[in-house]
Amino acid sequence: MVLEKVRELIAEKINCEPGSITEETKFADLGIDSLDVTELVMSIEDEFNIELEINESMVTVADLIKAVESKTAKG
Amino acid sequence: MSFSIIGTGMYVPPRIVTNDELSRFVDTSDEWIRQRVGVERRHVCTDETATDLACKAAVRALENSGCDPKELDIIIAATVSGDMACPSVSCMVQRRIGAECFAFDINAACAAFVFMLETAAGFFERGRARKALLVGAEQMSKIVNWEDRGTCVIFGDGAGAVVLEAGEGYIDSVLTTKGGDEVIKIPHFIGKSPFSTQKPQEPYICMEGQETFKYAVNAMCSDIRRLLEGNGLTLDDIALIVPHQANKRIIDLAAARLRIQADKFYVNIQDYGNTSSASIPIALDELNRSGRLRRGDLIILTAFGGGLSNASCIIKW
Repeated sequence: MVLEKVRELIAEKINCEPGSITEETKFADLGIDSLDVTELVMSIEDEFNIELEINESMVTVADLIKAVESKTAKG
Repeated sequence: MSFSIIGTGMYVPPRIVTNDELSRFVDTSDEWIRQRVGVERRHVCTDETATDLACKAAVRALENSGCDPKELDIIIAATVSGDMACPSVSCMVQRRIGAECFAFDINAACAAFVFMLETAAGFFERGRARKALLVGAEQMSKIVNWEDRGTCVIFGDGAGAVVLEAGEGYIDSVLTTKGGDEVIKIPHFIGKSPFSTQKPQEPYICMEGQETFKYAVNAMCSDIRRLLEGNGLTLDDIALIVPHQANKRIIDLAAARLRIQADKFYVNIQDYGNTSSASIPIALDELNRSGRLRRGDLIILTAFGGGLSNASCIIKW
């Protein structure tokens, strides 16, 4: 499950409870900057063996999940 | 037959701009810049141009090598921030240092220094050169938009040069291009043709920061792995990795993904910012003059940038 993996990676990075991260969570509210988000996306890309476009429109966890699901749905 | 590096030189303009000074007219802060990029200060040109910086670095490299300009068989330079489209920086360097050989520039943006080494290697291999001068020189302050806090805090001005002589020091290289202008571009002045229907673009560097970061980290990791595997080497065989100084966070993440200690990478971005094609030769000069490298050390140079291009090599010092 993409949400689980994202929670796990974020929690590792900022040392928080994975359960505190929801789809509505904004990356900016986690105190991580855009390069941290990029690093997170890169880990997701490795995990799911996909390539994602990263830009400022990736604001919430839901945005990231949507991008992953659209890539993995294409197979 | 390839080459050995027999001399290095660098020059940065004397005017230093600290993050604090920058914060007085750009909406940024010392803390943000240090944390996001790793830069603390940068040198900027006042009355000097990329050609001036190039000539000074070249003279220092020639002195360091003990080579007379008239011994040079070839001069290659690189810049994305030159004073003129023509004559090229290398031609002006040739004139001003009193050399008599042919000279030309290449354009591979921040990866240019390794592209220049690769180009020079071909001339040495064919026996067409015994001594070469390579220069990376940048006046980045001219091509950044000082109202764009995302880019103007990153870059700095400077030049680095190396003198090469025939030898066996160029062990292996890997060069890659993924052409496109969506991630990094520096448009030229569009001109004033009465016939042109093109839209004017600002002649400043535009960078998609996140995509650039991702590309750079992946490029560095992939190149280093490829060079090591291709030559039956491990990181223990490598004395030092000298990366293009684009952003400290790129170097840190690459080190983490490669599972290398951070001190295996040489970092001086805090003092100069990103000086594009000059960053690696500036680092080499610092390493050379500090005596940090010993003859026979294997070092990896790894560069990446607009194009998009990345190029890395193993050098025997």
